[in-house]
Amino acid sequence: MAKAALQKNKSEQENILEVNNIEVVYNDIVQVLRGVSLSVKKGSIVALLGTNGAGKTTALRAISGLLKPENGIIKEGYVRFRGQDITNKLGTEVVRNGAVMVPEGRRVFKHLTVSENIRVGSITRRDGHARINKDYELMYRHFPRLSNIINRMAGYSSGGEQQMIAIARALMAAPEMLMLDEPSLGLAPLLVKEIFDNILEINKVTGTTILVVEQNARIALEIADYAYIMESGRIVLEGAADELKDNPDVKEFYLGVTQGGGRKSFKNIKSYKRRKRWM
Amino acid sequence: MSYFFQIVVSGVVVGSIYALAALGLVLVYKSSRVANFAHGQIIASGAFITYALTVWASIPIYISFFISMLITFLLAWSVERIFLRRLIGEPIISVIMVTIGLASILDGLIYLTPFGTKNFSFPLFLPAEPISIYGVSISWTQLVGVIITVVLIGGFSWFFKKSTVGISMRAVSDDQFASMSVGISVPSVFGLAWATAGLSAAAAGGIIGNITGLNFDTLHAFGVVVFPVVILGGLDSILGAVVAGIIMGLIQQFAGGYLDGNFGLNGTGEVLPYIILLIILLIKPHGLFGIHEIERV
Repeated sequence: MAKAALQKNKSEQENILEVNNIEVVYNDIVQVLRGVSLSVKKGSIVALLGTNGAGKTTALRAISGLLKPENGIIKEGYVRFRGQDITNKLGTEVVRNGAVMVPEGRRVFKHLTVSENIRVGSITRRDGHARINKDYELMYRHFPRLSNIINRMAGYSSGGEQQMIAIARALMAAPEMLMLDEPSLGLAPLLVKEIFDNILEINKVTGTTILVVEQNARIALEIADYAYIMESGRIVLEGAADELKDNPDVKEFYLGVTQGGGRKSFKNIKSYKRRKRWM
Repeated sequence: MSYFFQIVVSGVVVGSIYALAALGLVLVYKSSRVANFAHGQIIASGAFITYALTVWASIPIYISFFISMLITFLLAWSVERIFLRRLIGEPIISVIMVTIGLASILDGLIYLTPFGTKNFSFPLFLPAEPISIYGVSISWTQLVGVIITVVLIGGFSWFFKKSTVGISMRAVSDDQFASMSVGISVPSVFGLAWATAGLSAAAAGGIIGNITGLNFDTLHAFGVVVFPVVILGGLDSILGAVVAGIIMGLIQQFAGGYLDGNFGLNGTGEVLPYIILLIILLIKPHGLFGIHEIERV
């Protein structure tokens, strides 16, 4: 018994984020998450995959304290970040604790310039101008594209640039963990590649833990160490990214490769309508 | 010719006071998209507090001016904290109704004080002799008023442009959810917007009170008179408020100086600004410096 407790303790030390059996309810009536548990190891990249409406975004908002604007609340379970309970804490406090989210659809401040967008990300920091300025300069090294458009209004920059601005803005809070909600949304494949390369680089260079929510399972599994798959508000599958890549169900339903590996003929098209019943 | 320049000077003086009075509306609108109908009452309170401190408590005016700014700063902050914070997320129209109610409450409170019914005027603390150059004259009170206005507006512009807190206030007006995601506390930003609006209102009230005397009706009418200024400037632009304020001031003074009494016209100074406002808004619906929604497809 004592050994098990010790082991549990140790795992919590390694895990920067612990989500335990959370249930999220919107407007007191709509239950979106049904007992979601996940954990993120410090310094790792974890992907949360799933189709539309699986509850990925809700999970991310629950962690980052941003359910309130949508009138949602964590009814059951707890979220622990760096050993502290952050269940239903306000977004500001979560950011101060060191977890920042890049919202879905980028949501840059359209009428602020690129440099203002990035600078405002440091609002919660209290560690002095020198460090903040240093990080500010660093952002243009992470995203060299942005250094050409420093004074442009962010609303007029391209989708890929906006994604970079949003990530840089979040990084300016000097987070321990960066959460990204669908960074590939609406971007051309080459840009998606570039953004994910950036994310990987940030993880490797700064050691920032990364939790990324994606529909594009292929690219997310490429950079992730570990992944969870969600469906209808539950985690249905989890495992090391490499294992999941080889899992036949994941291959068929998320990566679009059939068992045989080859192309399917039109004759067999019906089998695509076959739906995996996870539960 | 000196008549012409005299009108230009008084137009600029009136206009810069409009700009300062409009500033408070802009600050609140900028962050929370709320039109504050109690702004005129806050301006009046600022003027009365300055008067009470200067004359009744015999505090030198250059100190009482700042104390009254501090008091309205706290007053406006508590108004936001007590009445408006629980309305965050409710429709804007309910918040606007609350500001109208607030205006009535402040009216009632002010009518309980001597200021509600009697007129007062500040004792002169600057030389009474106006400065006169080539027949164009400006009183010391007006000159100092304009200088304070320029300093304050310059300070506010700098604050919004350069400081992280100022940028975060603009960020909130841009996208509240994204602001929360980077850790900006939206309620504190609204509180700060109201507080700084209160501060600027007290400054405006103090200056207007010194130039025109203290009359409650005139003072709280400022809250309404500056609406066209703010709309013309584009609602959320400080620069817009300045330019629009001076345009309004100039139009008013020129109309009063040249049209009134000629061609059988009278009171054109009161009407013409609104006519010009209509014409400008027909051509530029967002106002002179208003933000256009950026739509990308």
